[in-house]
Amino acid sequence: MTGNVLLSLIVWTPLVGALLVLLVPRDQPDGARRAAFAFSSLTFVLSLALWAGFRADTADFQWIEQGAWVPSFGIQYILGVDGVSLFLVLLTTFLTPLVILFSFGDITTRVKEYFFFLLMLETGMLGAFLALDLFLFYVFWELMLIPMYFIIGVWGGARRIYASLKFLIYTLAASLLMLVAILYLVSVHAHGAAVTFDVRELYGTVLSPTEQLWLFTAFALAFAVKVPMFPLHTWLPDAHVEAPTGGSVILAGVLLKMGTYGFLRFAMPLFPDATRAATPLILALAVVGILYGAAVAMVQPDLKKLVAYSSVSHLGFVMLGLFAVNTIGVEGAIYQMLNHGLSTGALFLLVGVIYGRRHTRAIADFGGLWKPLPRYAAVFLVVMLSSIGLPGLNGFIGEFLILLGSFAANRAATVFASGGLVLGAVYMLWMFQRVIFGPLRHEENAHLQDLTGREIAVLAPVVAMIVVMGVYPRPFLRAMEPSVKALVARIEAHDGPATRIAARVNGQR
Amino acid sequence: MHGGEIIPTSTLWLIPALPLAGLLLAIVFGDRKRLVTIVAPGVVGIAFAVALASVVTLLRAPAGARLVDDVYPWIVAGPFRADVAFRVDALAAVMVLIVTGVGFLIHVYSVGYMAHDESLPRFFAYLNLFMFAMLLLVLADNLVVLFVGWEGVGLCSYLLIGFWYEKDENAAAGKKAFVVNRIGDLGFVLGLLLLAWSTAANGAISLDVAHVEEHVHLLAPQTATAVALLLLVGAAGKSAQLPLYVWLPDAMAGPTPVSALIHAATMVTAGIYMIARLHVVFLASPFALEVVAIVGAATALFAATIALVQTDIKKVLAYSTVSQLGFMVLALGVGAFATAIFHVMTHAFFKALLFLGAGSVIHGMSGEQDVSQMGGLREKMPITWWTFLVGTLAIAGAPGFAGFFSKDEILAHTWGTGHYALWAVGAFTAGLTAFYMFRLLFLTFFGELRAAPEIAHHVHESPPVMTVPLVILAALSIVGGWVGLPEGWLWGPAFGRFLAPVTGHSALGEHGAGVETALMLVATLLAAGGATLAYVFYVRMPGLPYLLAWRLKPVYELLVGKYWIDELYDAVVVRPYVALSNLLWRIVDQMMIDGAVNGVATTVLANGQLWRYVQDGNVQHYALVFLGGAIALLSYYLVR
Amino acid sequence: MVPTSWYLALSAVLFAIGAVGVLVRRNIIVVFMAIELMLNAVNLTFVAFARQLGTIDGQVIVFFVMTVAAAEAAVGLAIIIAAFRNRPTVNADELAVLRW
Repeated sequence: MTGNVLLSLIVWTPLVGALLVLLVPRDQPDGARRAAFAFSSLTFVLSLALWAGFRADTADFQWIEQGAWVPSFGIQYILGVDGVSLFLVLLTTFLTPLVILFSFGDITTRVKEYFFFLLMLETGMLGAFLALDLFLFYVFWELMLIPMYFIIGVWGGARRIYASLKFLIYTLAASLLMLVAILYLVSVHAHGAAVTFDVRELYGTVLSPTEQLWLFTAFALAFAVKVPMFPLHTWLPDAHVEAPTGGSVILAGVLLKMGTYGFLRFAMPLFPDATRAATPLILALAVVGILYGAAVAMVQPDLKKLVAYSSVSHLGFVMLGLFAVNTIGVEGAIYQMLNHGLSTGALFLLVGVIYGRRHTRAIADFGGLWKPLPRYAAVFLVVMLSSIGLPGLNGFIGEFLILLGSFAANRAATVFASGGLVLGAVYMLWMFQRVIFGPLRHEENAHLQDLTGREIAVLAPVVAMIVVMGVYPRPFLRAMEPSVKALVARIEAHDGPATRIAARVNGQR
Repeated sequence: MHGGEIIPTSTLWLIPALPLAGLLLAIVFGDRKRLVTIVAPGVVGIAFAVALASVVTLLRAPAGARLVDDVYPWIVAGPFRADVAFRVDALAAVMVLIVTGVGFLIHVYSVGYMAHDESLPRFFAYLNLFMFAMLLLVLADNLVVLFVGWEGVGLCSYLLIGFWYEKDENAAAGKKAFVVNRIGDLGFVLGLLLLAWSTAANGAISLDVAHVEEHVHLLAPQTATAVALLLLVGAAGKSAQLPLYVWLPDAMAGPTPVSALIHAATMVTAGIYMIARLHVVFLASPFALEVVAIVGAATALFAATIALVQTDIKKVLAYSTVSQLGFMVLALGVGAFATAIFHVMTHAFFKALLFLGAGSVIHGMSGEQDVSQMGGLREKMPITWWTFLVGTLAIAGAPGFAGFFSKDEILAHTWGTGHYALWAVGAFTAGLTAFYMFRLLFLTFFGELRAAPEIAHHVHESPPVMTVPLVILAALSIVGGWVGLPEGWLWGPAFGRFLAPVTGHSALGEHGAGVETALMLVATLLAAGGATLAYVFYVRMPGLPYLLAWRLKPVYELLVGKYWIDELYDAVVVRPYVALSNLLWRIVDQMMIDGAVNGVATTVLANGQLWRYVQDGNVQHYALVFLGGAIALLSYYLVR
Repeated sequence: MVPTSWYLALSAVLFAIGAVGVLVRRNIIVVFMAIELMLNAVNLTFVAFARQLGTIDGQVIVFFVMTVAAAEAAVGLAIIIAAFRNRPTVNADELAVLRW
């Protein structure tokens, strides 16, 4: 399928837009806004074309583009899409224009720089999802950090410098280990022959159990920080609280998925034996993350922190599904990634709406918002219900499949994790009760403006997707099924040493 | 049981879809009250008609047949598949008629009751959403779809309890209902997971009702017990059984028609329906059935004792609902699944009637709910009085009324299956029921009006839009029980025969009709005794209750305090959890984990601070070090 | 003919004086002169060895060193004068605005 350039178009259109935005004169912020929106929308349209042309009957990578980049080191420019990355790409291209549209009213200083970084971030994210060359992936992976660093650090709240530095250093430090692991893996694979970073060829690399464990650990650390898994999550609340609304949405909606995607695409299939050996530990951390995130979220006084900790809980579910290593669990996990992107993204947008009106995010500063803001309250209700996994909305499909899948893999973990269903309802409903229900506690909230047309235009597509994905998940699940099956088979295929490692880690003989 | 003819149709989806359309219309035309008050009851009425047509089709088919409407494949992942599919068999037929029929009446009643509320469109939107979810639950041919309705009705309950959201306690009660229901749902989900994997066969994992029924034999005995007990947890949450009943009394914070529809007639019976639907699983585990029976009997007695002393008219009815649900669960536990559904039906009639009657009283009393402020309403509200009397007679089990036949059938089955102790509990509870219901009746409608003059002045009978549903429900509360007469009377237990293809015949009849008649007599006498006692206490000698309360102060306070279960949960579950969460956040998260992260950063920084003294920027110092280094190197080479 | 070692000794003495000057004096002009002294001490060594070995390599290097020294003197003095205009001092410790 070489010869087509659709994936390249998708990846690079935002960057072209970013550069063009920089050329807009400083005194015309509206021009920058429109240009940014136009280019991100164009990217979305292109990605829709990708979906339309996607073949759901094969596990192979599609729309592959392959070319030499640094031939002397075997580094290539390879892009390709399969059922796993397709929807993450769509999620990215779907959310970015909405975030840009929302930021029209949100960002008033250094407007064009903001949109420059946002578009550059989009290129980074799309590249990371589509890259099939480990080196190229690493480049995109790090490319994402820089715009996010600036978005938090320049347009953030009071402690933005602290938060942005923490975000940058934490994730960077963890991913450096991955770089070392990549180089080691490539050198082992080459073994005197031609060097390649092509992940499709690296999948079959033969490694000793010890090597696998070390390399897996290095990869897993980089991804676990991004997910974020307990106890590597503390950068997240800080980053979310300080980031501007758009930054939070992208961070929660897409960047966190990089971690789980990385596990699924790289860490698990590259090191299947180590994956199985590490499964008990990761499941334990996932379960702890689910319960711990839910408990800590409940007592947060700040809305954004609450949502941030709820992400820790939700991503725990995703990890649980991934490490069930069966079709049902992994499909549920991917679905849950999309759900979390939509519902948590929408939650951050909703928090951004009232923050823009009241300049506070403290739960105690609200209460009784239903009366002045009925439309807002209704949207909030749907999004909240999606987040707690109400059947009929998208969150349920993901959670149910994850639990069903992981039940077969590890019953104890599933039983504990399912406690998150109750705790999740507790913190969300309590927050909703204190913010939306009850009497108007603060006079200044009485005359808040309800959702504006632009805000509705941003939220309506998200709410629509929340409903559609809950009622009719078939097209999504069908498209990802072959790829998921292939990945699961790849992780399960290697037997021999895996059982030995697993036995050792589990303490069985 | 399974088997039977499958009649494919493509109309069943209309039944839940109609209320859903009503919801969408209520959202779109939210500012046109009048239109909403026509559309919302209208769609439910049409749904009732469609349901009726389906049931007629079913009746014409051979016994054991079922209508199935497979709408579309919903969740398909790997070996797992769940379709959005609906079925009408005898069990679903009964339920769908109750839900749409009683639901329609309550919708009509609400038009009058909520007429002055500015949020009326929102109310009907919620109500329609509830009908949608409940019908999904009842008609589901797949347990995952059933679960959608299951949680959906919980959501509507949450929204409707908190309908008057501006009061903090309403919002809190709504949240409590949702969370407690979620605990039950957790059990339900785990039960479903275990069931799905245990009945997996031929590489297919499915929660289709038919699939489960067909492969239930794959369950090992312990697995069956585990599944059944987990499902029981779910049923206990939804149907307000011990120990998860605590949300239902608080749920009375919602508008009264809601209490009638959701918290008496339909939603709370979902747990009963679910167990009846999955009775094959329960039959696979005698132990679990035994637990079901005990939970039911205990709940029935427990709630009835609390109801004895409550003074809020809706609270009394709420605890009475919990108690009656206990009876239904008891019936399930002794294997009388059809009888449980029979009681679901009669209870739907008379409890909806009682709640709507209470609503009429509250409406006439300008919102007053405390019976100690009422009295003598007989003359001022004659229709309400007569219908309320019918409801009271029905629930107390007066011979000939609906509750008489269903309750006696439950007790007969309890005795007949050898659960003599549980029978005694049930019969005693029946006496208590008569006592507290007549107490309520006498306090409300007899004696002098005790309300403040300005309220007393306004007391009035409700408009026809409210009283007509009362009259219809009163009629049903009388004749509704006649479909299930004891064996040998006229047409006998027609209801049970109708349900038998689904729920199977229960093991009654070995004792013969004589035993059943004797049992019936005992229960009737107990009920009559309870009613008489109430008459003595609250009409003839009104001072006696106070004396008794004073003499038995500890018992009285225990009952008024509702056994302090809420306080217990608060102290044992809620507070420790909040404290733990705070601990996790402030100590573990902020100090330990984030402290470690920041500690690493601080260590690096401190190191830098230390070493930067070496780089003090004074070139002469650098030169000195340089010289020292040169000398050291030179001496090394010279000495070597 | 004077033995090479005498030149070296003189060169060493000059270098030592220069090094000590650089290290202990605070007056920038004096430090500057001390640097020149060290450079010239090295030059002397170069020339001495060139003479002893009979090659001209050392002589050539000396020209390079002198060129560098001249350039350095020009730039250095210019910096000193520019600094002096801003702050009327030639004491190195007082010209510390660029240090932390």
